[in-house]
Amino acid sequence: MDVSDEDLAEAAAAGDRAAFALLLDRVYDRVFRLAFRLTGARAEAEDLTQDICAALPAKLAGYRGGARLSTWLYRVVVNAAHDRRRRHATRARAAAGWGDWERARQAALSEAAERSDWLLRAMAALPDDLRDTLALVLDGVSHAEAGAVLGVAEGTIGWRVAEARKRLRAMKEAEA
Amino acid sequence: MTGNHDHDDLDDLARALDAATPAPRRKAGDIALAMKNFDALQGSRDAARPTSDRPKGGIFGGIRTMLSTLSTRGALAASTAVAALAMVALIPVIQGADLSRPGPAPTLTEADAPMTGAPMTGAPMAEAPVADALTAAPPAGRDLPAPAPAPMAATGAAEIASDAPMEDLRTFAAPAAKRMPGIVAPDVHLLPPETGTEAYPDFDSSALRITAQDPVSTFSIDVDTASWSILRNTLQRGDLPPAGAVRIEEMVNYFPYDYPAPEAGEAFRASIGVTPTPWNPGTRIVHIGLQGALPAERAPLNLVFLIDTSGSMQDPAKLPLLKQSFRLLLGQLAPQDEVSIVTYAGSAGRVLDPTPASERETILAALDRLDAGGGTAGQEGLQQAYATAGQMTAEGEVTRVILATDGDFNVGLSDPGALADYIAAKRDSGTYLSVLGFGRGNLDDATMQALAQAGNGTAAYIDTLSEAQKVLVDQLSGALFPIADDVKIQVEFNPAEVAEYRLIGYETRALRREDFNNDRVDAGEIGAGHQVTALYEITPAGSDARLTEPLRYGAEPAGTAGAAGTVGGPGELGFLRLRYKAPGDTGSRLIEAPILPDAQPLPDAGFALAVAGFGGLLRGDTWLGGWGYGDAIDLATGARGEDAFGYRREAISLMRLADSLSR
Repeated sequence: MDVSDEDLAEAAAAGDRAAFALLLDRVYDRVFRLAFRLTGARAEAEDLTQDICAALPAKLAGYRGGARLSTWLYRVVVNAAHDRRRRHATRARAAAGWGDWERARQAALSEAAERSDWLLRAMAALPDDLRDTLALVLDGVSHAEAGAVLGVAEGTIGWRVAEARKRLRAMKEAEA
Repeated sequence: MTGNHDHDDLDDLARALDAATPAPRRKAGDIALAMKNFDALQGSRDAARPTSDRPKGGIFGGIRTMLSTLSTRGALAASTAVAALAMVALIPVIQGADLSRPGPAPTLTEADAPMTGAPMTGAPMAEAPVADALTAAPPAGRDLPAPAPAPMAATGAAEIASDAPMEDLRTFAAPAAKRMPGIVAPDVHLLPPETGTEAYPDFDSSALRITAQDPVSTFSIDVDTASWSILRNTLQRGDLPPAGAVRIEEMVNYFPYDYPAPEAGEAFRASIGVTPTPWNPGTRIVHIGLQGALPAERAPLNLVFLIDTSGSMQDPAKLPLLKQSFRLLLGQLAPQDEVSIVTYAGSAGRVLDPTPASERETILAALDRLDAGGGTAGQEGLQQAYATAGQMTAEGEVTRVILATDGDFNVGLSDPGALADYIAAKRDSGTYLSVLGFGRGNLDDATMQALAQAGNGTAAYIDTLSEAQKVLVDQLSGALFPIADDVKIQVEFNPAEVAEYRLIGYETRALRREDFNNDRVDAGEIGAGHQVTALYEITPAGSDARLTEPLRYGAEPAGTAGAAGTVGGPGELGFLRLRYKAPGDTGSRLIEAPILPDAQPLPDAGFALAVAGFGGLLRGDTWLGGWGYGDAIDLATGARGEDAFGYRREAISLMRLADSLSR
């Protein structure tokens, strides 16, 4: 009765509008949730999600049947988040010479600091690879799938999760 | 550390993260965008789709029938219905906001409530708790990380903190209409001055002066109209404003009046009228109206709006506010001005070709389409905007690109250095750039300022409709620039004709008599087209309405002054002197005019008086005698006139509201 995500994706890639609409409806929340966890800020996540939605029809053409859709989709989200971080980093470097405004900008940029929730802040303090890994794993993605998404071995995921946890704990203790 | 503990740890994390993750709120728009791009991608393939099974889709053909039932629901929900919902959600903002009005939209929302009684401004209110949180030890049981970058503590913390309550307010208002906060936010910003903790200057409200003792009245003009907005906000919330928040002059100056225009070459014109007093048959009103000149000749303006349509701009404080602001601006443009709109990020490309500002409908329609999403992320936004600007420029015209964004500067040049250089080069060729920042979330202040500087323009942060009014209408359009600085008014009353007088309002703008001629003493400025109204209630000498007894001993100076070489003509009520400086000048100029008893009432005097009386009633002033809200309403209704923008209609409904609230 239920059509699988993978079938929908294949049909959508072949131009089936209804399949695409249904698929998008199913995965949208997941995309947004992951985008939020990767960026740690609502506005960022919203922009990211919009970028992804805009690009998804074209990207879908590159979806090959057989691969799990969720893996493929997570990869799309993670890559989009990476692109976005790179753009921010470039801007941050070039803005460094812009005098007094730099400080105000830094304050604005460190949006993560606005989070009242300590976890998001703590996650933002992690290196990108650890944060991406943790975001996926905490979203219920298995280590194997996370490895496939991030293009690393399953064992690496396990190590990264342990490492991320260690650092979070250290942060927690540091403030206690 | 046991494995068990680790596991709990991870579960805790997952739970905490779940709790922290917000619900998506722009699903509909994003899906509509995706569907649009999907359709665009299908292109020619699409034409045959409804009836034929493509080879690749063959395996799926069998379930197409099944899907068709789903598709009606799925596709409809995803595109049409949801798009319609988004429209509906937006309409109240636009309609409710009454976009022609310069003040913030009058909306009575629950979101106002939490602000009541809060200290003065958003920042200080929030500052304390956050500053504590950052500097003091975290309270027990609360997981608060230590790091607090030192430089952030002062400004950063305040900014951050002020964000939080706003967000809360939005959520609070959300159930009624998700998109409404756009007009809630401006209101919230206006609220603080009227709350109980705000200190208002103590003043003697419209004090009576005895001409014989104190014949000269001196004050600075005031073109602020904020008091009216605050008042409207308070009344619509169901409260009467505190008396100190009522500035009668600002209320009166809020409304446009049909004063005579200045002669060619003059900065402004002062008109004087005399009318009966509505609330006291024994006194009269001296009505002084200043009309600032509107420059007849202004270089045609070409505006290219480069608008960020990325997802985060959908926030009510961003794109919807931008649209409202834009409408305000549109009203200020002359028919020979041209407008074009280029978008980037969410949708890309030129959505409005250069269009004369007179084609309002075309421009507004393009504006309304902005949120519909569009093609893939555009990279050439800036270049396209400048190319458009280049097309529009002609000899003797002013061309300006206005970048409106919430911080996504992905306008086509990714290296900010190159971006600034590009903009500077364009500036040298005559096209300027201004940057308007919307929202707070990810606003990139440094880039904004740098770009605006490079573009010889201004960077402005727009958070409320009134700020938009100020920036877009008063500054950006160039239609309103200061035509006179330090404008002071001095009226000397003739004791032979006027026993007592009372300046209605301007209590906080009083100047010392000797300051009138002192050019170093600062006063208000008047912009092109601005109007200033001052009202004096005077008691003619010998009138029964006189409140003070004439002195029994000591000569009334009237006689002596008259005998000892007074220069005034017989019967003059007084003499108006007005000083102003042309912008940039250090020396002032003087305008003088006698106040003649037979001067005709100025146009719209009735309405101005109704508003002044309304202000007096709100303050509980005694000089109104038994005159009440009903009288004010009658007077205002009778003097409503054409009222093309509905300002006066609104005033009357506020009077009714105040009437009910005061009972």
